[in-house]
Amino acid sequence: MVDLDRQNKECCCTDSGKGLSSIQTGLQSFEETIQSEACCGSPPGPRSSPLEKPGYKLLNFVADFKDSPCGPVPRVKTQLAGSDHLGTLFARLGINRDQYKIAPGLYCVGNPDQDSPVLVTANYKLTFDSLRRELTALDAWLLVLDTRGINVWCAAGKALFSTREVVDRVNQTLLNKIVSHNQLILPQLAATGVSAHQVKKASGFKVIWGPVRAEDIQHFIEADCHADGAMRKVTFSIWERTVLTPVELSHLPKPTFWVLLAVFLLSGIGTTVFSLHDAWYRGLMAFTAYIAGILAGAVAAPILLPWIPGRAFALKGALSGMVVGLTVVLLFKSGLIWLETMALLLITVAVSSYLAMNFTGSTPFTSPSGVEKEMRRAIPLQAGALVVALVAWVSAGFVG
Amino acid sequence: MENFRYLEGVTTLRLDSEACVGCGVCEIVCPHAVFRMNGKKAEIGDLDGCMECGACAQNCAAGAIRVTPGVGCASYIIQTWIKGKEAASCSSSECC
Repeated sequence: MVDLDRQNKECCCTDSGKGLSSIQTGLQSFEETIQSEACCGSPPGPRSSPLEKPGYKLLNFVADFKDSPCGPVPRVKTQLAGSDHLGTLFARLGINRDQYKIAPGLYCVGNPDQDSPVLVTANYKLTFDSLRRELTALDAWLLVLDTRGINVWCAAGKALFSTREVVDRVNQTLLNKIVSHNQLILPQLAATGVSAHQVKKASGFKVIWGPVRAEDIQHFIEADCHADGAMRKVTFSIWERTVLTPVELSHLPKPTFWVLLAVFLLSGIGTTVFSLHDAWYRGLMAFTAYIAGILAGAVAAPILLPWIPGRAFALKGALSGMVVGLTVVLLFKSGLIWLETMALLLITVAVSSYLAMNFTGSTPFTSPSGVEKEMRRAIPLQAGALVVALVAWVSAGFVG
Repeated sequence: MENFRYLEGVTTLRLDSEACVGCGVCEIVCPHAVFRMNGKKAEIGDLDGCMECGACAQNCAAGAIRVTPGVGCASYIIQTWIKGKEAASCSSSECC
């Protein structure tokens, strides 16, 4: 260890001024440099892995490479590292989510052979992680499709997790040389984009519909590829709903900037043409009503979804907006006239109703026909409420 | 999912029992257990549970199922109203 340390320090010190002087004055100066630890910070990391190749980046989820008849196949870890969890957190917050993907192609877990099952999945890293962490006791091939970094169900809906993509990827990876059977296990939710009988016709591989959730895959394979009723149905638990809310919020900063600007301008209009005092104090109240609408529609409504009465999301959002909006006007009640009370309440209700209606796109049970039906009714009401609110708010500037 | 019911009487799902060959794939792929097998034929047991994902029609080799599949997403539908169906796209940062 001592020798190694000395070597490291020698090498990096030659670049610094101190290193130069040590060359000039000989060994004694080297000793001095080591003792004073004046050079380049903490000790260096380990040597490069022999698996690294020039021009390629070795990803942290790859343990090593398994030889196959078609060359080395990356063997992935089944335990997630801190960086994987951090990546999940970022994706959930909507940060760089579009780029959170891995290279499509063939991977493996454990020590698969020609008889091992082939699991097909999407190349959204979050999807890939949630699958591999469930494969702790399995030897399997993983065929990762190019779904442009989109999860299985959404990619299937966009025809990216498609019949064509499955067939092309099977051919490109020369899967028929790697396994001796002709079965692919696909996640059930891919059925929206993949036609099993057409995959069979085009590639010779038979599609077996696996469970909806990755957590059931091991049981499914142990049960001879049989899924019970619960494995076949989607769920929408409070946790599943909660993790979706940050992404809902991540869409809002841009419109919020314009709302902020409009709210302070409109709030200042009054008998004195424009009052900075009113713009600030009344603007703050109107902005609070807007923020309350966001919380009611994009956070409270999704989380409390099954317990809010009504079927239409716009209605659920209006109800949660009413509760939160009443709280806001009670908070400001001493400084409000009735026109302002009504305006603030309508702002919160309209914003909440609109945002809750937008949450339909994130749920696993709303039909497009139903969403369109409720939108045709709700959008005129939401727009109307907002117009009435703005007129009332500006009028109050002249009355109050 | 029993707690989650959406609007009723809106789905475009139709099953042609005459054409059905009873393979049972629709019952497997439906994420809301809308179909059930009755002997050698599939039948719709929970029509209003349908979310029009289109998995059943996509995988009905006999072509017995019809549904207009789509994305039940408000911002997408607003785009189809404004720009028309062809130009509308699910912007990647929205919902899915």
